[in-house]
Amino acid sequence: MSDTQGDTRRETAGLLEIQGLKTQFRTRRGVVPAVDDVSVSVGRGEVVGIVGESGCGKSVTSLSLLGLVTHPGKVVGGSALFDGVDLLTLDNKGIRAIRGRDISMIFQEPMTSLNPVYTVGQQVSECLRSHASGVSRKAARASVEEMFEMVGIPEPRARLDAWPHQLSGGLRQRVMIAMALICKPKLLIADEPTTALDVTIEAQILALMKDLRRDTGTAIMLISHNLGVIAETCDRVYVMYAGRVMEEAEVFELFDSPTHPYTRGLLASMPRIGGERGPRKPLYSIRGNVPDMQQLPKGCRFAPRCDFAMARCVESEPPLLDASHATGNPGGKPHLSRCWLAEASGAGGQQ
Amino acid sequence: MGRYIIKKLLISIPVMFGIMLTTFFLLNVIPGDPIALMMKDHISVDVVARVRAQMHLDDPVFIRFFRFLGGALHGDFGISYKLNRPVSYLLATAFPNTLALALSAALVSWIIGIPAGILSAVKRYSLVDNFFMGFSVLGVSMPVFWTGLLFQYIFSLKLHLLPVAGFKGPLYLIMPAIVLGWSSAGTIARLTRSSLLEVMRNDYIRTARAKGLREIAVVVRHALKNSMLPVVTVMALQVSGLLSGAVITESVFGIPGVGRIAVNAIQNRDMPLLQGSVVLTTFLVIIGNLTADIVYSWLDPRIRYGNPEGKK
Ligand SMILES: Nc1ncnc2c1ncn2[C@@H]1O[C@H](COP(=O)(O)OP(=O)(O)O)[C@@H](O)[C@H]1O
Ligand SMILES: [Mg+2]
Repeated sequence: MSDTQGDTRRETAGLLEIQGLKTQFRTRRGVVPAVDDVSVSVGRGEVVGIVGESGCGKSVTSLSLLGLVTHPGKVVGGSALFDGVDLLTLDNKGIRAIRGRDISMIFQEPMTSLNPVYTVGQQVSECLRSHASGVSRKAARASVEEMFEMVGIPEPRARLDAWPHQLSGGLRQRVMIAMALICKPKLLIADEPTTALDVTIEAQILALMKDLRRDTGTAIMLISHNLGVIAETCDRVYVMYAGRVMEEAEVFELFDSPTHPYTRGLLASMPRIGGERGPRKPLYSIRGNVPDMQQLPKGCRFAPRCDFAMARCVESEPPLLDASHATGNPGGKPHLSRCWLAEASGAGGQQ
Repeated sequence: MGRYIIKKLLISIPVMFGIMLTTFFLLNVIPGDPIALMMKDHISVDVVARVRAQMHLDDPVFIRFFRFLGGALHGDFGISYKLNRPVSYLLATAFPNTLALALSAALVSWIIGIPAGILSAVKRYSLVDNFFMGFSVLGVSMPVFWTGLLFQYIFSLKLHLLPVAGFKGPLYLIMPAIVLGWSSAGTIARLTRSSLLEVMRNDYIRTARAKGLREIAVVVRHALKNSMLPVVTVMALQVSGLLSGAVITESVFGIPGVGRIAVNAIQNRDMPLLQGSVVLTTFLVIIGNLTADIVYSWLDPRIRYGNPEGKK
């Protein structure tokens, strides 16, 4: 279990409280602990970011919540309280009632996330009609049109009968967002929603998500490997690495005073135009590669790539330590860091 | 949609012409004199020469081809050398039998093959899956003449449930349809299974699940339609194949169909009959492919509206 179940966690009066989530893939080559003891909380109306290099377990974390991890993956531990109900213990019927209605998801690839053989109007209205029984086809159509308008799809009525292949990537992602919001969910999980889009469209989609959050109060869990996207949109951030949360902080604090060397590496490798490093200088990149999930190091999982690694780091893995003292911001939202340095420089961890 | 079909129809005209040209010339170069086969040895050389002249067999091959083509356009394929009847009449008599056999066999294979494939995919690696896949391997690998004889032995000779052979009513159709249908049911089942499993890996299936749909709705509404594309192709090929004559089944069960006519025509060097059969077969294959195209475009809007890449 996480080492920080102190009072700090409770303050958020969470909509979603994931505690010690463990999801494994049992492959022929062995067990892959894709998500290993991850705790994440999302408050009502809050936008929470999850960031980390590709393969660190972000998608699996979100899929685990809704029971969408497919064979050979399996949730093997932890809990995920959503409005007081543990999602991980619900039966098929129970979790289906939540999917698409209370928690909805949008995915990275708007090209392939829509079914090519149905019109986009049919696909969005299907979501509404499967949760709200007794909605007529016509009423559903009207709601979908309204929702299309809200997510900024031009000519919403005509677009109802468009096939996915007739729309651009940006429009398709708007359709996905419309589908996700049609049942007015309490939580929207957006898994790399802009990764497949070009930069101008990305900015539009992020702006749309911010507007929606403001207008509807839907909480958002935004998953991205791109710190820029996270900085743009989120209130609080979790940094993941090799199936673990490495650092957790409010977004400004994380960017101003990152404490984990991994977070610092990610920040340093962000392209910044006109920043302190000129655009011509080669971009920093964290040395080494993401570890093989089946042969994780004994100590800190980041130690083999860390410029600050000490003997202790190789020996034993640090828990999530309170780093708020180190950053001179005690008393704010928790700032936790899975690094022995946080303990050394701060007033001690919470062990 | 209409334009799409018309385009396909127009393309099939040169195909038809090409096939007729090729078969006509190929049949002209194969050895064996039809007249000599038609008449017995004791007929004099003079008579053979006179008959050849009468049948215009000594004309240049191009002239004969265009004469054949002209007749074919009117549905006239000449007179069978061996059976001495109009080819069109012979084919028109045999075709309904073949059609009945082909359609009922196809129906059997779809009714067994598609649900078996779906169940196997949904319950992958289960007992059900293993059972159906074993069943389909049997169907594919057992030769039709062997299953045919086996069925005749069990159901006719031992159990006296069905007539052994011949073709005098619907009852005579049951065994050949099952024997023939089983062999293609295996193919259909395997293809349905693999195609469905492939489609189930798509992102839009995850989207459908994330909407909160029941698993059955996910499979039936979101996976099945997409997974039927390759199956439809095979189904169409299979029907045109069956229509052009399930020779072995027709022989085992004594069904007077197109397949038997074609085989006899080859043995007797009965050119008009053989040409007629080939033209009929070609026509059926073209119709089969066209049907597949139409079903395709109904299943997949990307084909209906062009733009197969799915790009804007
Ligand atoms: N189908 C699978 N089979 C085996 N391992 C998997 C599978 N899907 C994901 N994983 C493992 O889970 C890890 C996390 O994946 P994922 O959550 O998709 O990463 P990301 O952070 O890029 O979203 C991967 O590194 C991989 O090892
Ligand atoms: Mg991912």
